[in-house]
Amino acid sequence: MLLIRCPYCEEERPELEFRNAGEAHVVRSANMAATSDEDFEKYFFIRSNPKGVIYERWRHIHGCARFFNAVRDTVTDKFVMTYKAGEPKPKKLPGVAK
Amino acid sequence: MAASYRISGAGRFSHAKVAKFSFDGRPYAGIEGDTLASALLANGVHLAGRSFKYHRPRGILSAGAEEPNALVEIRRDAARRTPNVRATVQELYDGLEAASQNRWPSLSFDVGAVNDAFSPLFSAGFYYKTFMWPKTAWKSLYEPKIRAAAGLGVAPDQPDPDHYAARFAHCEVLVLGGGAAGLAAALAAAETGVRVIVVDEQADFGGALRFEAGARIDGQDGWTWAQGVVARLKAMDNVRVLNRTTAFGYYAQNFIGLVERVSDHLAAPGRDLPRERLWQIRAKKVVLATGAIERHMVFADNDRPGIMLVSAARTYLNHYGVAVGRNVGIYTANDSAYAAALDLKKAGVNVAAIVDLRDNPSGELVDQARAANIEIHDGRAVVRVGGKLRVNSMTVQKRTGGGERTLPIDALLMSAGWTPSVHLFSQSRGKVAFNDEVKRFLPGTYAQDCVSVGACNGTDGLAASVDEAYAAGAKAAKEAGGKAAKSAKPKVEASEGWSRGMLGAAPGAGPGTTVKAFVDFQNDVTAKDIRQAVHEGMRSIEHVKRFTTNGMATDQGKTSNMHGLAIAAEELGKPIPQVGLTTFRAPYTPVTFGSIANHARGALFDPTRRTTTHGWAEKHGAVFEDVGQWKRAWYFAKAGEDMHAAVNRECVTVRKTAGLFDASTLGKIEVVGPDAATFMELMYTNPWQKLAPGRCRYGLMLREDGFIYDDGVVGRLAEDRFHVTTTTGGAARVMNQMEDYLQTEFPQLKVWLTSISEQWAVVAVQGPNSRKIIEPLVEGIDLSDEAFPHMSVREGKICGVPTRLFRMSFSGERGFEVNVPADYGEAVWEALWAEGQKHGACAYGTETMHVLRAEKGYIIVGQDTDGTVTVNDAGIDWAIGKKKADFVGMRGMMRPDLVAPGRKQLVGLKTKDPNVVLEEGAQIVADPSQPIPMKMIGHVTSSYWSENCGRSIALGLVAGGREKMGQTLYVPMPDRVIEVEVSGTVFFDEKGERLNG
Ligand SMILES: [Zn+2]
Repeated sequence: MLLIRCPYCEEERPELEFRNAGEAHVVRSANMAATSDEDFEKYFFIRSNPKGVIYERWRHIHGCARFFNAVRDTVTDKFVMTYKAGEPKPKKLPGVAK
Repeated sequence: MAASYRISGAGRFSHAKVAKFSFDGRPYAGIEGDTLASALLANGVHLAGRSFKYHRPRGILSAGAEEPNALVEIRRDAARRTPNVRATVQELYDGLEAASQNRWPSLSFDVGAVNDAFSPLFSAGFYYKTFMWPKTAWKSLYEPKIRAAAGLGVAPDQPDPDHYAARFAHCEVLVLGGGAAGLAAALAAAETGVRVIVVDEQADFGGALRFEAGARIDGQDGWTWAQGVVARLKAMDNVRVLNRTTAFGYYAQNFIGLVERVSDHLAAPGRDLPRERLWQIRAKKVVLATGAIERHMVFADNDRPGIMLVSAARTYLNHYGVAVGRNVGIYTANDSAYAAALDLKKAGVNVAAIVDLRDNPSGELVDQARAANIEIHDGRAVVRVGGKLRVNSMTVQKRTGGGERTLPIDALLMSAGWTPSVHLFSQSRGKVAFNDEVKRFLPGTYAQDCVSVGACNGTDGLAASVDEAYAAGAKAAKEAGGKAAKSAKPKVEASEGWSRGMLGAAPGAGPGTTVKAFVDFQNDVTAKDIRQAVHEGMRSIEHVKRFTTNGMATDQGKTSNMHGLAIAAEELGKPIPQVGLTTFRAPYTPVTFGSIANHARGALFDPTRRTTTHGWAEKHGAVFEDVGQWKRAWYFAKAGEDMHAAVNRECVTVRKTAGLFDASTLGKIEVVGPDAATFMELMYTNPWQKLAPGRCRYGLMLREDGFIYDDGVVGRLAEDRFHVTTTTGGAARVMNQMEDYLQTEFPQLKVWLTSISEQWAVVAVQGPNSRKIIEPLVEGIDLSDEAFPHMSVREGKICGVPTRLFRMSFSGERGFEVNVPADYGEAVWEALWAEGQKHGACAYGTETMHVLRAEKGYIIVGQDTDGTVTVNDAGIDWAIGKKKADFVGMRGMMRPDLVAPGRKQLVGLKTKDPNVVLEEGAQIVADPSQPIPMKMIGHVTSSYWSENCGRSIALGLVAGGREKMGQTLYVPMPDRVIEVEVSGTVFFDEKGERLNG
């Protein structure tokens, strides 16, 4: 069982308290009605599914109930860092070479 | 029966306490402290089981967790029959009943042993090659026969009557393994004051000190020192000492699974003790002190009973006081066997000879053996043994060939060297590295915050191990916040130590096809099988392993992996690291399902949710159905009524006068804030801005892909406050979807969401007399049609308690839903019931609720929709706010496939024979005489007998259904084809006049 740091509670809590909520930084258009089929496909269906660093949304559902973002390595399962919803994608990741 | 192999004065247990036991029905006596294995050996019994594939007689190989052969069934009673218990770890208790496995009719005469004679048929890859054709025969013929002929123990056929406990724990330093190294590490860590947990799988701590007679630490013999350390640790408040506890799994971020065997060693455990306790431990630092496991020698018939590991024989002698024979041979490729020979000789056991594969072995132990007049045959191999049910001779030959010599023996002890136990290290995702000099895999790159010490780290010798472990324990504790340690580290004054040895097949493994030189005892894999796998094209050890099943038994190849790897490498002409080592996975040793399932059984498997009227319903004949975790009243049967009669009566009564229904399980969410209406516009398809406070609207929620997600009636209590209801099953996911959008897509909106599902109990009062029933109980609300029309909500009081009173209907009748604080749910129900009685009202359950709504064509999300149904498919386009700029699902529902013609649409289905009730889920076809497989154009989603309509009614999704009104379609069933006519979805009161009736 992983330990995940909730950026709102500011502490590490067991994985059981959290639920994954899919890829992060997928932006919903402010003008949905005018979104083309191609753009809607990208927004709703296409996910990056990388081997390595992934940006994900998690929810501290059995804690503070907040959604937040996390950087995780899909190979090792290790959480690199977590940050609040709405904050930009971090440019530098601690402990990641690339 | 006399325990004739018990040596007086040897061993660590009082000989006074006798424990009686039976094996295959024969009574024996052992002593308390014995394992089943040591007790059997004390009685001269080596034959303990039959092997998996060839049914070869097998003895006891080891004295520990690595045992592949001596697997037995332990029987306490009919329900407590545990198969595949290793006799080497099962502690003896008075009255223990054990039975051998995989033999018929008896252990010494087993019909299945013909497999051994026909063994050329059963070679590596046999299953893959032999039973490929015909395909159908696998299931009906081959598999059952193979399962009957090969196998291990039989699973019990009754529910497990024992209970299992679970604990979570945190510590700074977790020490896995309680030998000298583990104890030294634990001591060093404990003295710094941090929380320490130290774990060992054995009944007593001490590890290899069980047999290492030559060890001296701090002026005491090794074993005594270990017990002293354990006593010191137990006396410290910051230390938890867990014996009989196996660390079976090493998971992410130093999360370790342990199983503590609490009562399997007790004669009468009693009900207050759990059988096992599952520990889930989070440690800041882990010290791995898991030791090493001795390997056997690979030569012809090396599996005969009486042939065992040197360390096992030495453990039986020094720890249990049992001689494994009177005239033993020793076959070795390293020094550790010499110490055993000396111990045996000292105890009065004759050592026939030491056969050493090495040329000119030298050193102190070899000199001592010579001085004790033990014959040493160096540069030689045991090429053959005599005896079937018990070894009776060994034949020795020069390693390079030549003349043979046969010596009579009654036991043969073997040692090819020691394999560091890197299992848990490997489970932690650490990478092992091959040390070519000493030919073993050792911890290489670490993935987690742990450290290996002692034999599992390849550290040879007791002194070096204790030094290393003490330093590592102190360092781990310091890094985890411990104070500087106070006491001195243990001083090792005398030590045993050895390394090296050999890997792979010895000369006695032979090149022939009939020689059985076992590599993996538990899965019956021989050296020849590994060679054959290579000849048939397997290149990686992962392939060799799967083709031969080497290392794939429950012992996970603890004794066999390295031999198998070396033989494959030799055959491939490659260095060992290039052939690879398989990854070790949890569990280290088998774990019971009971400890994993633990308390999550029966009623505790999942929470049960009951509404406030549950007790009342029980008293009034309710039959309940499970709806998710909820228990809901399904129907209320009166005396003599079956379900059909009860539902018919309830349906008619509601429409004739009135009925009461507990609707409390509906999800309820309060949406509050200045932007509440804006938020509702985004979450639901409907328009909300203009809905006046005090009015209600049917709300429809989509997912972003445009499919129906949930629905429910929403009341606007004030400009900034909505009382939203959801489906029973959708409550949590609707709340989640709302929170998701509010927090991450529309965070600028000033809205707060509160789940109020359990705050309000809901009684639906439906039927023409519903107003008369509630009227005497309601205060402060004008219930007239003018003041309180259909689809309205008011706040006031009922029975003197606050209510949110909805005028709404899911039955098509005039109706109310009375929301009261849940604490008053039962009392208000009782009051309404009393009023209802005056008007001949009934209580009704979910089945009647379903029939009544189907008569009106009201959909149930999740029954008439399935996640691929659009608003238009369901025929409820009116629920979409046409002028809205955005809502969740608006763009999705415009996707080409979702607006294409020919989609399945919800329609009514009337059977031509009104008495026939369709089956929900039944497929619909246009032409019943087409060949099978038929083209299916839809399916039945809801179907009931409607007493009010006097016929069956059904809803279904049919391709282009709304264009097929009046057409005849067909529902093919196994025994007949049912004709149906496509109709509208409303079967009763099409104009909806009864809502105000
Ligand atoms: Zn939190």
